[in-house]
Amino acid sequence: MGLTRLIVNRFLFGLITLLAITLLISLALEALPGDFAEQRLGQSATPETIAAIREQLGLNKPVLVRYAEWLGNFLQGDMGISLSNSRPVAELLATRLGNTLFLAVASAIVAVPLALFLGIVAALYRESLLDKMISTITLAAISLPEFFIGYMLVALLAVNWQLFPAISSISDSMSLGEKIYASLLPIATLTFVIVAHMMRMTRAAIINLLQSPFIEMATLKGLKRSRIIVRHALPNALSPIINVIVLNLAYLVVGVVVVEVVFIYPGLGLLMIDSVTSRDLPIVQACILIFGATYITLNMLADILAIICNPRMRHPR
Amino acid sequence: MNPKYHLEQAYKEGTISRREFLQRSALIGATVAVPGAMMAGAAKAEMKRGGVLRLGMGGGSTTDTIDPGTHTDSVGITIERSMRSYLTEVSPSGELIGEVAASWESKPGATDWTFELRNDIEFHDGQKLTANDVIYSINHHIREGSTSAVAGQMGKISEMKADGDHVLHITLSEGNADFPWLISDYHVSIFPENGGWETGVGSGPFSLVNYEPGVRAELKRNDNYFKEGRPYFDGLEVTVIADAAARDNALKTGQVDATNRVSQRTALLLDKAPGVSVHKVVGTKHYTVPMLTNIPPFDNVKVRQALRLAVDREALLKTVLGGHGEIGNDLPIGRRQEFYNTELPQREYDPDQAAFLLKEAGMSGLSVELSAADTAFDGAIDAAVLYAEHAKAAGINVNVIRESNDGYWSNVWQQKPWVMCYWSGRPTQDWMWTIAYEVGGAWNDNNWNNESFQSLLKQARVEVDPAKRKDMYWEMQRLHWEEGGTVVPLFAADLMGVSNKIQLPEVIGSDWELDGQRCSERWSFA
Repeated sequence: MGLTRLIVNRFLFGLITLLAITLLISLALEALPGDFAEQRLGQSATPETIAAIREQLGLNKPVLVRYAEWLGNFLQGDMGISLSNSRPVAELLATRLGNTLFLAVASAIVAVPLALFLGIVAALYRESLLDKMISTITLAAISLPEFFIGYMLVALLAVNWQLFPAISSISDSMSLGEKIYASLLPIATLTFVIVAHMMRMTRAAIINLLQSPFIEMATLKGLKRSRIIVRHALPNALSPIINVIVLNLAYLVVGVVVVEVVFIYPGLGLLMIDSVTSRDLPIVQACILIFGATYITLNMLADILAIICNPRMRHPR
Repeated sequence: MNPKYHLEQAYKEGTISRREFLQRSALIGATVAVPGAMMAGAAKAEMKRGGVLRLGMGGGSTTDTIDPGTHTDSVGITIERSMRSYLTEVSPSGELIGEVAASWESKPGATDWTFELRNDIEFHDGQKLTANDVIYSINHHIREGSTSAVAGQMGKISEMKADGDHVLHITLSEGNADFPWLISDYHVSIFPENGGWETGVGSGPFSLVNYEPGVRAELKRNDNYFKEGRPYFDGLEVTVIADAAARDNALKTGQVDATNRVSQRTALLLDKAPGVSVHKVVGTKHYTVPMLTNIPPFDNVKVRQALRLAVDREALLKTVLGGHGEIGNDLPIGRRQEFYNTELPQREYDPDQAAFLLKEAGMSGLSVELSAADTAFDGAIDAAVLYAEHAKAAGINVNVIRESNDGYWSNVWQQKPWVMCYWSGRPTQDWMWTIAYEVGGAWNDNNWNNESFQSLLKQARVEVDPAKRKDMYWEMQRLHWEEGGTVVPLFAADLMGVSNKIQLPEVIGSDWELDGQRCSERWSFA
């Protein structure tokens, strides 16, 4: 039926998009001033050593040839080795990706239910003092840059009251509990940043529906206001809310580099920035693939969920 | 203003005596490290065994490796110096002492060197360190196709020969009286021939347990270390913290025991935090503004002199470095380095004289471009803008070009005629002049071709008589001070944040950050 075909279609388009991204990244890195050899040696470069590094790593070949080689290896499951320290890219990425996903999942577990709850409460007590407080606080939080929120939390909770660690340098040797404790401040920061968006959308979508005839009907039946909102309004408001939630989840994976810097959290963002700075192409490509795949998959998921929630969308006019 | 800073300043300027300094420090309850060079001869502090030193450091990247030829920044160097040893070492007070080498000598002409190695050194895996390992290690930098950052600097080695296990003969293609200094370079560490650098095995105070480049490194004590009693710590943990504010926070909350690169802007605040103090060390790190002297108008000596007179160094020191440093006298040599020419007057800000020189040269109303990016040094763009302001008073129009940080060292430095730059400095005069001022040098960024300067540089390099060398270096400094193409406005202090739980030695090395990057073996817990 339509849904399967749609998924297959979207999947194929996703793959083409990813391929295009990797080619673009190769060309973009090439366009940046300085190549890997020059960046590696910095001020201490001499023409001989630069030539030797280029020779050793095959950087003398034209960019398209190098891209084709990379693509060939990648399609056989080989992500290559890092130019700078010869470690397999897959191995380098595994830990970092794990850390990034850990932070994203933990933040989502806190932020998504919180945002839904606040949105529902705000819609329930629309225009009340409570509604205004929720809106003001979450909007204020989203208006502040995330590094500012991060530093404020560190200044208060880590330096002043010494409740939490100031840096979240988590490692594999830590237990889950230790990891969660070490990551509490970045989780809090990310929660502040993404709650407002989801909460506002929940509130708006529900309030929109409150004008509809079926809600009026429910009210006339004498149902409780909270039951009307949770059982009748929310399921019908789900598709825009899911869209926003999924976009925010994508942000948690690909957009948290500033938070990683503030809290020294060893995630993918830091790895990619370091690699772009040093023009370490295999790592950049791998990071971009992960980021791109995350965005594409989550976007696809958002559409599919929206369609499942709203069967009318299966039959576009 | 923090009283501690006041005192330190007063002491350094000589307005109070050492006794007074210590008494008054005690009065305000400050734990102060007496500025390095002035504490020579003080009683030795008690160093205690035990504990793990946790460093929070800037200057690390995921692209770092344990290949000794690749280090360019602080974290890589600290780990290298902690896990491997060197033939020679620059002591905290700035002399050259032996590390793996027990003694060395050269024949006149300084081309033939003989190093006698200690015979009691074992690598972490139990192998004996021999002259063959040293040859193998140095070869890593000079072999055909070497990618080492010091390939050029070590390239003058023409032959190396072992005489038994513990005597090493090195022949240079050109004499160099400072050769034993050159091999103290942080790249030239020693690793076993059987295993190579890839295994991370060395003979240093610590051995590598776990290393995730750009994130953290974990090292444990080498109980078999050849230096008696050292290291004092049981282990070393390095956490890479790129952000200066995050380093401050980690130190304040006790997650690390010491940090490098305290920001000049927050040094005062950090110093006031309980349990922490900020220490500054002025060494050889200097900021330069080199002109390509073969390109007009910089080929005109009067233009160069005018531009040197057209900058207010005191104002730069205050604004760009927050006072944490010293003003430079257009010499790339630190004031406390050997053979520093103390008779040259400090060049002052003199726009009238600058305008006069330009008029003489027929260049009144000179307009020049100055390229800057903060890659050159933190605050380089501010410095360039200030320079332009100061130069206005001399009728010089300096047009500041903001360059991209990316690729600055390959596309701007040595390419554009007048740029911002920094040098970490070198422990000897010959080394510094050779890498950046000798004609044909790979890192020459000024192309200043003064015949007597160049010939003196070559003579002094092979001269072994200190009195004669002093005369030559003084003359070279005079020449550069008068006619050279590089403005050296500032010497920057290294600022480090240290927990009061750490016992610092009386004298702190000033050749690199964190006690010459050797804090792991020189410091202990109090």
